[in-house]
Amino acid sequence: MQPIIRVQGVGKRYHLGGPAAPYSTLRETIMEMARKPVRALRKNGDNSTLWALRDLDFEVSPGEVLGIIGRNGAGKSTLLKILSRITEPTVGRVELFGRVASLLEVGTGFHPELTGRENIYLNGSILGMSRKEIERKFDEIVEFSEVEKFLDTPVKRYSSGMYVRLAFAVAAHLQPEILIVDEVLAVGDYAFQQKCLNKMQDVSTSGRTVLFVSHNMGAVSRLTQRCIVLEQGRIVASGPTASAIQLYMTSGLMQRAELIKNTSPDKAMNLRRIALVDDQGEVRSEVPYDDRLRFVLDYEVNQPVTGTSVGIALYTVDGTCAMVTGDFDSHPELLGMRESGRYQTTVEIPPCWLNTGRYIVTVSIANASSGVIYDHVEAIVLEVVDTGTPGSRHGVRRKGVLQPLLDWTTRQVSK
Amino acid sequence: MESVRLPAEPLVVIQPTSRWSLVSFKDIWAYRELLFFLTWRDVKVRYKQTALGAAWAILQPLFMMIIFTIFFGRIAGVASAGIPYPVFALGGLVPWTFFSNAITASGNSLVGSANLITKVYFPRLIVPAAAMLAGLVDFLLAFVLLGVLMLYYHVVPTIQILFLPVLVLLTALFSLGVGTWFAALNVKYRDVRFALPFLIQLWLFVSSVILPSSAIPQKWRWLLLLNPMSGIIEGYRSALFGLPFDWPALGIASGLTILTLVYAIYTFGRVERSFADII
Repeated sequence: MQPIIRVQGVGKRYHLGGPAAPYSTLRETIMEMARKPVRALRKNGDNSTLWALRDLDFEVSPGEVLGIIGRNGAGKSTLLKILSRITEPTVGRVELFGRVASLLEVGTGFHPELTGRENIYLNGSILGMSRKEIERKFDEIVEFSEVEKFLDTPVKRYSSGMYVRLAFAVAAHLQPEILIVDEVLAVGDYAFQQKCLNKMQDVSTSGRTVLFVSHNMGAVSRLTQRCIVLEQGRIVASGPTASAIQLYMTSGLMQRAELIKNTSPDKAMNLRRIALVDDQGEVRSEVPYDDRLRFVLDYEVNQPVTGTSVGIALYTVDGTCAMVTGDFDSHPELLGMRESGRYQTTVEIPPCWLNTGRYIVTVSIANASSGVIYDHVEAIVLEVVDTGTPGSRHGVRRKGVLQPLLDWTTRQVSK
Repeated sequence: MESVRLPAEPLVVIQPTSRWSLVSFKDIWAYRELLFFLTWRDVKVRYKQTALGAAWAILQPLFMMIIFTIFFGRIAGVASAGIPYPVFALGGLVPWTFFSNAITASGNSLVGSANLITKVYFPRLIVPAAAMLAGLVDFLLAFVLLGVLMLYYHVVPTIQILFLPVLVLLTALFSLGVGTWFAALNVKYRDVRFALPFLIQLWLFVSSVILPSSAIPQKWRWLLLLNPMSGIIEGYRSALFGLPFDWPALGIASGLTILTLVYAIYTFGRVERSFADII
């Protein structure tokens, strides 16, 4: 079948220091020009550049929903930006046989001073809808967004949840032949997320071609049939979603029991460290089945915030979410004000609870009400080792994420 | 699932820009509604949360006119060709204010739209163009002020006023050229942000706004011809007040306008697709 997207030998090179020092002054350029002849003499290869993408070749058939997965920095965003024509490739060629709309962010171009109604038109047109199309879908968009009462209020008065809902509603009603979506599902409350996911599923079953990038393996496996896995700018695997996810979850994931991050003062909150420790506080990556899992998290609050939560989620290597827990579960008062400063928090998973195997732990620092995410990292990988699970005593690894040792009470009720 | 019929030729081919690739006007045409919406947004948002609102469009040239009248009114007495100086000055200030606002707005427009440029594709030329077009509303309002002042001083326009739309078009195109060029430059060199206000101040003095070009000594007058704004502004006065046109000056201004525009769009097109990487 003729592909609708054909990517041939695409690569993108960034000059190091380019993106980091995003703009220059005239003086620097003049200095640079003065230095150039000298550099030309010294010509020692292009070690000052970085290939964010290299030798990408793939095709997408019409109607296919393709997932693109990979770790941060693997080149996913660069690929999406090339496909949506925001930036151009350094080498290679992409052919698109259909109209493209890309959704790299919800609410692109929303203007805080304009009303909800006005922003629907503005945002729709920025995303490539014609005025007629917007008019035709207007009621549907409003209904989906659940903000009809505030349609004539400037969006700067919206709560962040309303803002995000309206933004997604516009985006969800795009009808291009090719839709490129980046991680926009992590918005809003749970119910709205499900609604978004359902809408995405509608889109993907209506014959449109969708490229979908996400960290949310649940969403990827629900929406896509085929995935490509990117690693350091190259495609390392491509195939059915289930096996791609399996590969992604296991490949290159060194057992890592501690993650230390730099401060990022531009975020309201950010993670500094997470570690899996034993009773003595020593970092370890393997935990006996009958021992507890204790996580220590250090984080920073860079400006006073309210309604925020620090949470961790455990995933199995096939992408199933084993559990999610947040610091406000047992301490709702944390949803109030958090003053600036450094914090440490500890959470424990009881012994004899998780099944044996590898788990990936992600940390999310987010605003619990609006869904705005300050920090989200795939932090550590741990292994629960078999030191006598109920199953292994009988020589089997039982199925399931949990392998709890439960107390059964049995009595004979009749003869 | 609907069956999908694909075109034989790709709708879009993405590859590295060749040296000579130009802005695609077909693309801009396809995005004309976005141009409209961005202009509309700029107009709507401009005076939000200001106490005086759209009155600013009138106050700016009005106060400049008053100051000029106080300081230059007497010197200009003879040179203003029988037109009362306040009217004479405002006749130049109205187009000048449009021009200076338009190049400031479009020169800073790309940098100000960084969030759009890094997230969505559309022909980037639309951004400075919309910034310029949004200024036209203020321009129109300022003309109303000028009309009132002309009525007050009994300056009656002649048939020559029909030439006004041509001048407005010329001003708009020249503003677009200058603004676009600065917008592209600004992406890489934020010096533009500082240089532009300064440049506009200097430019004002050589654009025949304060005094007519006839007040300049004959041997230097040819220099004014190099500045299209001077010819254009004198053109406005001729059209509005029924003074004789300086056709050679207008001709040269039109020629330079087209050259500026072509050069600016060419420069813009060459760097357009790297904006997202360096903005």
